[in-house]
Amino acid sequence: MSEKPAEIMFAQACNMAMAKAMADDPKVILMGEDIADEQGGGVFKVTAGLSAQFGTDRVRSTPISEQAIVGAAVGSALVGYKPVAEIMLMNFITVAMDQIVNHAAKLRFMSGGQTSVPLTIRTTTGAGTGLGGQHSDMLEAWLAHVPGLKVVAASNPADAYGLLYSSIMDPNPVIFIENTPTYFTKGPAPAPDHVVPLGKASVPREGTDISLITYGRGVGASHAVAEKLAGEGISCEIVDLRTIAPFDEETVLKSVAKTKAAVVVHEAVKNFGTGAEISSRIHEELFSELKAPVGRVGSGYAPVPFSPAIEKAWMFSEDDIEREIRKILG
Amino acid sequence: MADKDVLIDIFTRADLIMQSDIKFRKMIGAGQLQIVYYPVRGQEVVSAAMMAAVNQEDYLVTIYRGLHDQLAKGIPSKDLWAEFAGKMAGTCKGKGGPMHITHPETGVMVTTGIVGSGIPIANGLGLASQLEKDDKVTVCCFGDGASNIGAFHEGLNMAQVWKLPVIFLCQNNLYSEHTPMAFATSSETIKQRGDGLGMRSVRVNGNDASEMYAAAKEAVEYARAGNGPTLIEAMTFRFHGHLLGDTSHYIPEEEMEQALKDDPMPILRQQLLDMQISETDIAAIEAKNAATIEEAAQFALDAPYPPGDEYRIDVLDVEIAA
Repeated sequence: MSEKPAEIMFAQACNMAMAKAMADDPKVILMGEDIADEQGGGVFKVTAGLSAQFGTDRVRSTPISEQAIVGAAVGSALVGYKPVAEIMLMNFITVAMDQIVNHAAKLRFMSGGQTSVPLTIRTTTGAGTGLGGQHSDMLEAWLAHVPGLKVVAASNPADAYGLLYSSIMDPNPVIFIENTPTYFTKGPAPAPDHVVPLGKASVPREGTDISLITYGRGVGASHAVAEKLAGEGISCEIVDLRTIAPFDEETVLKSVAKTKAAVVVHEAVKNFGTGAEISSRIHEELFSELKAPVGRVGSGYAPVPFSPAIEKAWMFSEDDIEREIRKILG
Repeated sequence: MADKDVLIDIFTRADLIMQSDIKFRKMIGAGQLQIVYYPVRGQEVVSAAMMAAVNQEDYLVTIYRGLHDQLAKGIPSKDLWAEFAGKMAGTCKGKGGPMHITHPETGVMVTTGIVGSGIPIANGLGLASQLEKDDKVTVCCFGDGASNIGAFHEGLNMAQVWKLPVIFLCQNNLYSEHTPMAFATSSETIKQRGDGLGMRSVRVNGNDASEMYAAAKEAVEYARAGNGPTLIEAMTFRFHGHLLGDTSHYIPEEEMEQALKDDPMPILRQQLLDMQISETDIAAIEAKNAATIEEAAQFALDAPYPPGDEYRIDVLDVEIAA
């Protein structure tokens, strides 16, 4: 690769972030199902070429054993490694929740700070591709509710690169959520030293009438709606959280203090989603200044359906975002 | 029979465990400590012999019934007692408690309250040692009940596939909580499960210091030589139920009587006498342990509690805002 491509795919950005982290720090190791090149470099090829470059001691294909994968990551992290465990699909995280919630998240605290668990769990998910109820869930709210975990979701390749690198180097356990349907969408390539700090939201579009607070795939949908409404003179500001937990309250509140209106947008089921917490925080701080109650857009209260006809109806959409904005702005 | 120095070492550790257990139960009974306590009386020799076969820098992962493992591995009594009492001077500043002891200076990396969960974590410690080539082994303790949870099977399989330097020490006290092993475990032995996973597996009388030590030493040497893990099924018994207050009503009387007759502690003490170690020397070990415990218990009672604000520290690497 003598010439830097102007654009890269999301999956490629993740691959490059891991390669950089591994080159920068010999303590970075990868484990997961089928991730080494001999097993195909990952089912979505996100780790392709890494075992060839860094060896199978550091890039390890594992048995299909999510508890054992996360446990091995926890144990090695306790003694100085920076493991990156790939849990192929986010639904499989359920199998490893004991290791994540009871151990990764709590060992720093329960040991009184004597040990820490600087691991990263990469996992991918996302509806809209007909994978049905057990391969598509967005479960970030479960994880965001656990003290001691950081939860990250990138909305574009450059952020994915900078955020994944930061996640790997972070001294806390981080869940890095990738989005399968957007793995192969392209975006501007980051500079090799591009780093996005955790806990800092971005404002990729400034506006004055309403704040759309979102992350991951919600960002692209929000941009599309903002573009459409701009034609009618409605000015939307977009806040891309990038880190879901702990989220950047300062940037969110600053934006809403300016626009006096907000919609929280996410792909996950709306009920008890992260939108509830974010909306609540805005109400607690800015209630008297708001033009209308904060709106929420999320997917329906049902498992992800298989049939495209039902899946489309269930899933959050640009139409939902537009409707919510119009409702709030009256 | 293990040699004299080894047996004295094992006895010294085991006696500290026994006396500590007695003292804890006494203080809890007297209302001086208000904690949930999982008694270890009866299982002293398993831990003492295992830990006599490893070094301080080797790792240990254990479980909520872990006092014997923690003391045998060398955590200073004062630090441990203070943690059990929830005090700032405890190993974990009072934030872990009896079920969550960590003390890296003596290699005690994790104590888990979730049955079987230490097994996958022990693999991670073993993996680190394998990558570092630091010659360390990891001892992972759990009970017979843990062999019925998924983490056991996932963890042992991975350890064997990766030939990790981990010793899986199943302290088989024949009861998982209140359920006898035969009622809830399909195999006759835990060793069979290790065999089924292709792992070197042995079954020993864990209450016999020499037999337990020999098995431990062999497993440690096997792991250090790079051959991989061993499952040791160490047969033992617990005399005071699952947790303090449990009357052991579910254990047949004759089984309990026999177990008490086979109490490993008087047997080990007699073995020392038989090896011409004097009563005076043994009594000196016991007196020293008693003094250590008295001092630790008093220290734990007198030590201050952590400030309430301590809950905002150690959640993440930075303090959580009030």
